[in-house]
Amino acid sequence: MSKKQLGKRFIQIVAVLFGISFLTFMLTYLSPGDPAEIMLTECGNLPTPELLEQTRHELGLDRPFLVQYGSWLTGVLTGDMGTSYAFKMPVVQKLVSCFWPTLKMSLLALVMMVAVSIPLGILSAVYQNKWPDYLVRGITFIGVSVPSFWLGLILLSIFGVQLRWINVAGGTTDFKAMVLPAATLALAMSAKYTRQVRNAVLEELHQDYVTGARMRGIREGVILWKHVLPNAMLPIVTLLGLSLGSLLGGTAVVEIIYNWPGMGNMAVRAISCRDYPLVQGYVLWIAVLYMVINLLVDLSYQYLDPRLKEGK
Amino acid sequence: MKKKNFFLENKQFTIFFILALAVAGIAVFAPWIAPKDPLEAVMMDSLKAPCAEYPLGTDKLGRDLLSRVIYGTRTSLVMTLILVAVIFVIGTALGIIAGYFGGWIDEIIMRIADMMISFPGLVLAIAIAGMLGPNLTNAVIAISAVSWTKYARLARSMVLKVKQNLYIEAAKVNGTSTLKILWKHVLPNMLTTMVVTAAADIGTMMLELASLSFLGFGATAPTPEWGLMLNEGRTYMAKAPWLMIAPGIAIVIAVVIFNMLGDSIRDVLDPKQE
Repeated sequence: MSKKQLGKRFIQIVAVLFGISFLTFMLTYLSPGDPAEIMLTECGNLPTPELLEQTRHELGLDRPFLVQYGSWLTGVLTGDMGTSYAFKMPVVQKLVSCFWPTLKMSLLALVMMVAVSIPLGILSAVYQNKWPDYLVRGITFIGVSVPSFWLGLILLSIFGVQLRWINVAGGTTDFKAMVLPAATLALAMSAKYTRQVRNAVLEELHQDYVTGARMRGIREGVILWKHVLPNAMLPIVTLLGLSLGSLLGGTAVVEIIYNWPGMGNMAVRAISCRDYPLVQGYVLWIAVLYMVINLLVDLSYQYLDPRLKEGK
Repeated sequence: MKKKNFFLENKQFTIFFILALAVAGIAVFAPWIAPKDPLEAVMMDSLKAPCAEYPLGTDKLGRDLLSRVIYGTRTSLVMTLILVAVIFVIGTALGIIAGYFGGWIDEIIMRIADMMISFPGLVLAIAIAGMLGPNLTNAVIAISAVSWTKYARLARSMVLKVKQNLYIEAAKVNGTSTLKILWKHVLPNMLTTMVVTAAADIGTMMLELASLSFLGFGATAPTPEWGLMLNEGRTYMAKAPWLMIAPGIAIVIAVVIFNMLGDSIRDVLDPKQE
């Protein structure tokens, strides 16, 4: 990626962030609930009209839409995303405290996913249209059709309720509590990833150089390990990077089931009690993460595939 | 005779087509199949384990789980088909407009699509559904808002290809109206690919709708919906594990059938694609 392309990419990222933040802001503005009323009721106060008016004024909700957006945006640029209605603490602080548990769990899930998918994908490709392939394909097919929330519930009821290996109440972030949620995420993702690994390896196996190597009498194992797999690694790594992005954004369901104190759990709660500043902060934060990861994946191309460097 | 051959030749398609029809049949004839009223609460029979009277047990309000699962087919299937239809129509229309006319309108549509794609869909869908207020219609709106881009991109790329054909040029020279060109010459040439994509998406969309309902941003009580039923049953995991079995298996079966149907429709209509 040349400097010019990189610059263009940055402008694009900023534009997307701008668009996303505007969209979420508009949504919260159009949303039927009144955060002032909800906030007061949650605190146990009877929302009298005067009190409502006062709270709205304190929150700045009585100002015009664009003014509200403008002041929020200026705040974000200086690192201030406002104060969460529900938690009564700065949004940035809340996001940071929830981010680490989610990242930790996602990384463990990623490791599990790689450990399952890459061997199965390679196996499936090497034995294309033989029984190991059919078996792996059958499992992955069921895998993409099983909802992660159901899988999570089943695992929780087996290991939590029946065997009592983990605490059903959740809320802790130690390694033992992390294994099941990470496994749930990993299983759901593995089904997709195994197929992608299979396709990537198959594509390489059908290249002319493989036929050439076979004709020269090179052993299958050597062809696979020395020629096919290094070449198939490029798409596999790309997809892995993209998986981390969707993992970080897709943890809500699993975090809710296992009561994992991460970002997804926090987001669902924030949305339920109309904690607008927190929702806006969360969406923006996920967008930044997702796009930075995508950018890093693209940048890693040139290190993995020197041809791209030469071309540009 | 020809028809019979078609079904015999495409066995996989036939099998899953029949199974999909069966699912649709359960949805349509739910009132006749279901042994009880899915909304009728019998507090005396709260949280009963599967027995002769209630083959799948009852939930916390004493409602028959089997009947609720059967009626849930209706909710899931109808909402999923509406969802896929909405995405299909909006995405294809915007994609055709962007591809055919180009210029600034193309820029606007595709930049919005880029924005949606560079973002994890479910997060935005949750935010939209939550903010609009939890109900199934809003869940459909939310998922549509983040899912049309795939169809728009596909339609646009196909239009760009079709546009270069001489018969489009000829139609233009003949003075055919733009609308007619789009309707008669462009759309039919891409319909197969679009339909294949839509058919393959039914299963995924069903899962996404159920996920939103599970999180509490879709169906609302007392609607019998599989995702919502699982969420309601979650609290009684230790006392009434059967509450989690039936709705989950129902989702898996329905999704597997529609995924397989999507795959076989692709094989039948588009043998080139692997």
